[in-house]
Amino acid sequence: MTPVATPFFFYLLSATMIIGGVLVITRKNAVHSALALITALLAQSGIYLMLYAPFVAGVQIILYAGGIMVLFLFVIMLISIERTQKERQFNKQWLVGIVAAGVLGGLFIAVYTKGKSLFPEGRLTFAESSNTQGVADLLYGRTSGVYMFSFEIASLLLLVAIIGAVVMAKKRI
Amino acid sequence: MIHAIIDYIQSYLGSDKTPGAAGNIFWMVVYILLVFVGLSVAVIAMNWLERKILAHMQVRLGPMRVGPHGLLQPIADALKLLLKEDIMPAEADKVVFWIAPFIVVLAAFTVFVVVPFGPTHAITDMNIGILFMLGVSSLSVLGIVTAGWASNSHYPLIGALRSSAQMVSYEVAMGLAVVSVILMTSLNDQGVGTLSMIGIVQAQQAQGMWFIFKFFPLGLIGFFIFAIAMVAETNRAPFDLPEAESELTAGFHTEYSGFRWSLFFLAEYSAMIAVSSIAVTLWLGGWLRPFPNLLTGPNWDLIFSLFPGATFVFLGALCFYNAARMPKHPLFRIQTIGLAGFGVVLALIGLVLFAPPVRERIGDIFWFSAKVAAFMYLYIWYRGTFPRYRFDQLMKVGWKVLLPTGLVLLILTATTAFAAPSVQEWLKRVL
Repeated sequence: MTPVATPFFFYLLSATMIIGGVLVITRKNAVHSALALITALLAQSGIYLMLYAPFVAGVQIILYAGGIMVLFLFVIMLISIERTQKERQFNKQWLVGIVAAGVLGGLFIAVYTKGKSLFPEGRLTFAESSNTQGVADLLYGRTSGVYMFSFEIASLLLLVAIIGAVVMAKKRI
Repeated sequence: MIHAIIDYIQSYLGSDKTPGAAGNIFWMVVYILLVFVGLSVAVIAMNWLERKILAHMQVRLGPMRVGPHGLLQPIADALKLLLKEDIMPAEADKVVFWIAPFIVVLAAFTVFVVVPFGPTHAITDMNIGILFMLGVSSLSVLGIVTAGWASNSHYPLIGALRSSAQMVSYEVAMGLAVVSVILMTSLNDQGVGTLSMIGIVQAQQAQGMWFIFKFFPLGLIGFFIFAIAMVAETNRAPFDLPEAESELTAGFHTEYSGFRWSLFFLAEYSAMIAVSSIAVTLWLGGWLRPFPNLLTGPNWDLIFSLFPGATFVFLGALCFYNAARMPKHPLFRIQTIGLAGFGVVLALIGLVLFAPPVRERIGDIFWFSAKVAAFMYLYIWYRGTFPRYRFDQLMKVGWKVLLPTGLVLLILTATTAFAAPSVQEWLKRVL
């Protein structure tokens, strides 16, 4: 079977992501921004697929595009659109922003021009069919499960957020 | 050139893989078209069946005027919808209003890429099949939310808010039930489960039982959680609060009309078929015929392969019986002839399905469709039986009943699956 990871798809998905990302910050209407963000996230899951990581791509769609963005929209829909149209969209930190963007851009250019020695030669090939198993092994494997602790710590962080939301929302607990 | 094309087309024949896995583009396109057409026909048939069955449950006749027993009613409805004026509210968000129905339809149809109608009768087999189905079908809520918001009107907005809250809540319980099935697939020699839809059915075949009976009653409880959550996911009665007509006119699609509304209709019914096929694949053995391991041998194979043809011949005979019972008044002549003609068509399809090369190949598709059809009938039955839930009751069922049950179920299934091999060893030593 011929590989799907052709440059054409990479450029297509990357362009979709970049356009989506730009639209997120330029659109005045918050719902349009959220829709653009969803497009970017879906294109990102396509990039995961090209990296032979179908499990990560599926989780990306379920969690971000299907779950979190729905809750985003849920909140945004209750904001008055007429008021947001008149709000100033950019604040006074544009100088810092330009510096940060310049530094990041410089980093990208440096990596692109001189970074060949930083990355290993040849391409990594992972068996697509064992991706789910590979993720599980890295998380919970008897010998290879090195990321279990950090994964569980991350879920603790979410628990803190949930408790915080309950405390904020309820007057009497 | 032509020879090369014919060779390319023929190279897939007799393959034991899906066209997607074999990488044959021609057959992929053929399968996609077949699934698309089949699904559209199924939605049209559901439209008629739902009205007829609901009517009979309520001791009414239902559609009787257009065609014999209202058989042509869905076609008349479709024509009406296509010819209706397409209204867009002046204050609506034009772009989002325009996109929303397409998001819903795309999400509802894309999931059928991985639905396994048979070991080779699927468009493709992904190794994240079930994740893909859950993920893509959860995208349809985006379309509903944006549709409700873009209408810029109160009822649609309330409908959209209700629907997003409902779908997000029930997705959790649904996911837990699905994970318990995936745990069951790992009970093989390698101890490795699978997420592939075809793999899940093959695991049921290898383990010799449908997962609804596995670890009785754990599989059954998981199936019930899913069966309740899937009704809520598709916004159907008794969980049809997003479009509760007595409170919200029509909920999120109040402002939609004509073709755009029919897209929502199409998406709702194909989403119902999609979640039913998930349930069938995960718990009811997918394309497997009843007792594939118990009643084996060529004789039983022959008997079960006669079922598809027999079903169609039976339906044709039913049409003839009703044609004979039609009033003998001259005004009913066209209707009588039409019904008899429909019976002839059904019986002919049945006869074609009796032919050996055909019946060997469509057995799996028939059993899968028959199981899904049972679920579709259940959907109509729920609608005819249960009153609508109140919204707080809906949230209570989702978060306080289904979610804890699902969590306990998951822990119990994991424990049982972990302990099962050693218990079997122990039993072998003791007995």
